[in-house]
Amino acid sequence: MEYFLELLLGGLTRGSIYALIALGYTMVYGIIELINFAHGEIYMIGAFTGLIVAGLLTMLGFPGASILAIALICAVIWSAAYGYTIEKVAYKPLRGAPRLSPLISAIGMSIFLQNYVMLSQTSDFLPFPELIPEFGFLKEYNSVMSSSELVIVAATILSCIGLTLFIKFTKLGKAMRATAQNRKMAMLVGINVNMVISATFIIGSSLAAVGGVLIACHVGQINYYIGFIAGIKAFTAAVLGGIGSIPGAMIGALVLGLTEAFATGYVSSDYEDVFAFSLLVLILIFRPAGIMGKEKTQKV
Amino acid sequence: MPRMLELKNINSFYGNIQALYDVSLHIDQGEIVTLIGANGAGKSTTLMTVCGLVQARTGEVLYQDEPITKMPPNKIVGQGICQVPEGRLIFPELTVRENLDMGAFMRSDKDGIKRDIEYSYDLFPILAERRKQEGGTLSGGEQQMLAIARALMARPRLLLLDEPSMGLAPLIVKQIFEIIRKVNTEHNTTIFLVEQNANLALKIGDRGYVMENGRIVLTDTCDKLLADEQVKKAYLGL
Repeated sequence: MEYFLELLLGGLTRGSIYALIALGYTMVYGIIELINFAHGEIYMIGAFTGLIVAGLLTMLGFPGASILAIALICAVIWSAAYGYTIEKVAYKPLRGAPRLSPLISAIGMSIFLQNYVMLSQTSDFLPFPELIPEFGFLKEYNSVMSSSELVIVAATILSCIGLTLFIKFTKLGKAMRATAQNRKMAMLVGINVNMVISATFIIGSSLAAVGGVLIACHVGQINYYIGFIAGIKAFTAAVLGGIGSIPGAMIGALVLGLTEAFATGYVSSDYEDVFAFSLLVLILIFRPAGIMGKEKTQKV
Repeated sequence: MPRMLELKNINSFYGNIQALYDVSLHIDQGEIVTLIGANGAGKSTTLMTVCGLVQARTGEVLYQDEPITKMPPNKIVGQGICQVPEGRLIFPELTVRENLDMGAFMRSDKDGIKRDIEYSYDLFPILAERRKQEGGTLSGGEQQMLAIARALMARPRLLLLDEPSMGLAPLIVKQIFEIIRKVNTEHNTTIFLVEQNANLALKIGDRGYVMENGRIVLTDTCDKLLADEQVKKAYLGL
């Protein structure tokens, strides 16, 4: 039973990180129908920013918890700036181009950012400080759940609730939904579509940065390549849940995280990816639009 | 009467295909002006050019004597020009209420918006009943009403209507045209009405333009157009 709980909570943690990244994929797809392959790199840049800021603050002698808070804020701002710039540089000029062009541009951006970080930082694994303090009340449950796992899950739940409320009730949130549903009409009611697209990239990148810093605290090391694997997994989660759907990304990430955790725990860690992608294939066979996705009828 | 809108020698293109040839027309304040013509004549393109969604390659669009030819669409809406597009383009997964909110996107006077939403519900009681329903679940007629109500939420000074009668039952069409007239007389909203149903459009309008293959071929008061032999034969089926 304890083992099961441990796997369950481990799966929740994984799922949380996937969710934070997957939301960015799904929101961008919802608005401009583009798979932003550079999104995983935004997450990686978030982790690196966190590391640099944390190192700096540690040297300056800041107390532990404040380091985490400041590192998170800096990572969010820096990653958001990257997300915003990537859209302006790599996607906006291609808005009227055939759909394959921005996709290639996205892959190029992803490779560029990986190599840029590798060359400007290092290609080795870097140790990441344990910024999340040990909670006293978790001591006796330590074998089941660590405090970093608790923080990750809690931060993700809060982010998801915050995002849902934002999308549902704020003016910008409504404008984002309107733009996703009909861009031409969104323009005709006076929505500045370019601004909405930028906001989407900024929000998605911020969430990814939070995920990047938190998972780096949890795992304890990062390198320039972490965004690729996490990105592919989160993209899988977004497709699993129904790309374009925000609750879909959350559910897809949860399902994927739990599947991987249980496959690793009960079968073998070698089969982690096999199970993850078998699940994807199975769901897509029976529900091609994903768990929450709606099948679009082609208009003639 | 002061000029509301004027198009001067507009040439518009889709890629390399020219859709409008040297189109010139004008609308005075408080008028209902109608643009009739066959399918594909360029009527919708004319409206899209006014709204900035299609850029005129040459020529000028003047709104209250100021050029708006190069303005981005959201700024044009901010000037008080609003369009009810062909096919209504309701946001399908936004509720009726949210669709109306979107119509008021450029406004920030909360009390005024609230009052105007109540006014929309008075104008179209069915929308009040359906306020929590998603736009995509409404019938065609209800969607057309919502589209008009949404456009009115922006408090436009110039309302562009693209085929409001399309695909609707005669009774609903009658109802919608009564509302159009009401908006024109009660709010002094200038109306530019594009229609394939020439008979209907010429009966409600003050002046009319006839478009063929991207060119304005005829213009006169609606009464005279209704009596015109050429119009009768081509558009009224008489």
